Amino acid sequence: MAVNKIYQDSVAALADVLKDDMTIMSGGFGLCGIPDALIEAIRDSGVKGLTIISNNAGIDDAGLGLLLQTRQVRKMISSYVGENATFAKQFLAGELEIEFNPQGTLAERIRAGGAGIPAFFTATGAGTQIAEGKVQQEFDGRLYVQERGLRADLAIVHAWKADPEGNLVYRKTARNFNPIMATAGEITVAQVEHLVELGSIDPDHIVTAGIFVNRIVPLQTVNKRIEQRTVRPRA
Amino acid sequence: MPWTRDQMAARAAQELRDGFYCNLGIGIPTLVANHVPPGMSIQFQSENGMLGMGPFPFEGEEDADLINAGKQTVTELPTTSFFDSAASFAMIRGGHIDISILGALQVAENGDLANWMIPGKMVKGMGGAMDLVAGVRRVVVLMEHTAGGKPKLLKRCTLPLTGAGVIDLVITELGVFEVAHKGRDGGLRLVDIAPGVTVEEIREKTEAPFTVAEGLKVAA
Repeated sequence: MAVNKIYQDSVAALADVLKDDMTIMSGGFGLCGIPDALIEAIRDSGVKGLTIISNNAGIDDAGLGLLLQTRQVRKMISSYVGENATFAKQFLAGELEIEFNPQGTLAERIRAGGAGIPAFFTATGAGTQIAEGKVQQEFDGRLYVQERGLRADLAIVHAWKADPEGNLVYRKTARNFNPIMATAGEITVAQVEHLVELGSIDPDHIVTAGIFVNRIVPLQTVNKRIEQRTVRPRA
Repeated sequence: MPWTRDQMAARAAQELRDGFYCNLGIGIPTLVANHVPPGMSIQFQSENGMLGMGPFPFEGEEDADLINAGKQTVTELPTTSFFDSAASFAMIRGGHIDISILGALQVAENGDLANWMIPGKMVKGMGGAMDLVAGVRRVVVLMEHTAGGKPKLLKRCTLPLTGAGVIDLVITELGVFEVAHKGRDGGLRLVDIAPGVTVEEIREKTEAPFTVAEGLKVAA
């Protein structure tokens, strides 16, 4: 293995990649499995005019909310942005563009993009305003909408474990959009909780193969936030 | 007397069958999980990438990496599997999920559903709702019969659609309606009624025309 994929920190991993007006995919669902250290490095870099592809927009003071606070985002491609008041304020003031995608359509667009598939048909959204302006076609008596594959200049993802080859393993529901986004970035940077030795991950358990991962940032500290802490009483 | 929210959820639970894979929406639908009949095996799917969703954790055992689609902390079961978002929606869009129970702003007699945006108000996004109603085999709406005194069961939805001709059954606090033929008018049928509620009262509060099922059972 000649190429060194390991970077000391998120700033070093992104330094020569970030530029104004680029498109960035960011993994996570709510605040679960988000690449928070990489998002902070993007904020600190000051790049602006960003198009961000992410299921959600974080909350006001965490996740992608950080990039909204600093007005570095021009456009969001998301399925649900309900938890972010900064988002609502900037959208209503006309400062932020939003393209809503049904969540499954968003996921499949990313999967298709990463797999070199430029377009596909889905029944999701047929007969709704989501289908307006798009090719619609009947197959076997049912109406389908054509959706386009999605790629990005940069994909940032969060994983639980990585080896130096870039093979990734995720943990529980922190997997979500991370594996598909890892396939759809021209450059993919993964922040990881644990960097382990080559050969210590069972190859049968690897979720993202190293071919999809260009750079790895081992996290020094891991900060995970819970959006809705729900518990049940002990019997 | 109209059904309570819990009684509505219990009525929706009667639509479950042993072995079903089920996706529950946010709000009243989440209560359905509390009413699964004893001995019945139901696996709940959460579209953020989990099948076999367990109850809320005990205090102190919350895991930030283990949440449902409402971003609430949940737990694993022995049957649990995790997968990415594309696989999750392959289950939903590929017709592998047996039943979806979700809320609504409006439902029309042809099975059209509106539940994701109100023009002029801040739009939060549709999340997975459009995929669920397009792909899941049987789609059940659990909703209040009226909003601000106005009917929600209409001849035509006035709000932007989430799906066209997608709803199979509507459960409100007053009764249960079957959409007999999706995509066409004239198929709405009252098949169950809350105790003490009259068909006349329901007609007053419903814009869509409906027929009354023969042998309509009055719930106890």
